[in-house]
Amino acid sequence: MRISEHPILDLKRSSPVKFTFDGTEISAFDNETIAVALHAAGIRTLSHSVNKHRPRGLYCAIGNCSSCVMIVDGEANVKTCITLVQDGMVVESQKGKGNLQ
Amino acid sequence: MINIDLLVVGAGPAGLSAAIKAGNAGASVLVLERSHQLGGQLVKQTHMFFGSEKQYATHRGFEISDILLAELDKMENVTIQPHATVLAAYDDGIWTAEIEGQYQKIKPSAVVVATGASEKSLLFPGNDLPGIYGAGAVQTLMNQYGVKPANRVVMLGAGNIGLIVSYQLMQAGVEVIAVVEGSPTIGGYLVHASKLRRMGVPIFTSHTIKNAKGANTNGLESVTLWKLDENWQGISGSEFTYHVDALCIAVGLSPLSELLWQIGCKMTFSAPMGGYIPYRDKYMRTSQKGIYIAGDVGGVEEASSAMVSGQLAGISAAEYLGFEMPNMAAMKQDCLNQLASLRQGPKGAHIRAGIRQAEVSFE
Repeated sequence: MRISEHPILDLKRSSPVKFTFDGTEISAFDNETIAVALHAAGIRTLSHSVNKHRPRGLYCAIGNCSSCVMIVDGEANVKTCITLVQDGMVVESQKGKGNLQ
Repeated sequence: MINIDLLVVGAGPAGLSAAIKAGNAGASVLVLERSHQLGGQLVKQTHMFFGSEKQYATHRGFEISDILLAELDKMENVTIQPHATVLAAYDDGIWTAEIEGQYQKIKPSAVVVATGASEKSLLFPGNDLPGIYGAGAVQTLMNQYGVKPANRVVMLGAGNIGLIVSYQLMQAGVEVIAVVEGSPTIGGYLVHASKLRRMGVPIFTSHTIKNAKGANTNGLESVTLWKLDENWQGISGSEFTYHVDALCIAVGLSPLSELLWQIGCKMTFSAPMGGYIPYRDKYMRTSQKGIYIAGDVGGVEEASSAMVSGQLAGISAAEYLGFEMPNMAAMKQDCLNQLASLRQGPKGAHIRAGIRQAEVSFE
């Protein structure tokens, strides 16, 4: 859920964009990362553990822990917490370690 | 190949401060930052800083980031490059990076490593459920992007980060159910703890989490806490459960020292400083000639000390490169005085111990 009023911050939203997550269209703003836009849409399972397939969410949000990797426009292992959304982007859940092609 | 006097790795408070000083001295500086966002963790700090005017006290963290970036913007000899992940450092002094998707080689004459730190996790059943965040991650969601991370949250850790982020969660409209601290005393400043208590948030000391439960689809649904005995063992029968959709973990940070290991800097383990930290002289040089450190990678402290250690590293690196400023010795001494002041008092004892352990002189 996006915060509309904050006692300290003047929250500026930039241009609206749309992308898809596992085929579902998600509305976002182009100064948001993919992980943030998914959170705002109520989706917080971002990856799955390689061996036991346990759902994983955002943990560090600074591009370090790799708990948020997804397939973005066909590229696997993209850290969605530091990758900005773009209009028309195709984001998919990743199962396993990901392929190069 | 990019030839440059000084490479700075990381555009947080430490790296930006180092770039300003080295740039002022006349060095050509390239700052590489892996995020799209410059300013590091400053950009999500909505609270006013303590310290003195020299460390921008009374300014909020995100304002300090803007101040540093505006200063750098005026400097033609400093380039700041976001979307740039440093990959490796080779024996011949060449560094490689992925810059906006392109593989690049860089030949710097000196380097300031200011990679910062990452949040630690904690071992307990269910600790990987979605909805369990590092405290910095919820700051990113709500303070940087204006997204409410959850409705009801338990905070694990009553150090300054745990206390400050709890208050910020309330400002974002999140209900903070409790703050839980394993040690018998509150680690952070009492001014922050008192603020939470006045808002009716209980702080349980000598307590920790026993387990977290949730459904596969929604992530976290409940946390069970319990009391610890004097040997930090959970006391059976003392368990209580909260239904929450988020748990924040604020149990400290660990220096991001991978590059330092790769370069062969001599390291030492310091629990109070968050993990392995490099040996350094008092002017921030590591055991490797021409390689300097700044900020949390040298041991986890506050953003204020990160800025001062960054300034010190920037001046030292510029001096090493042969650049002169009329008052260099006085500037370095001023940084040392500021660091001593920031580390004084009982709350700085663990930092002073860590510095004593890691500070050496080379050659």
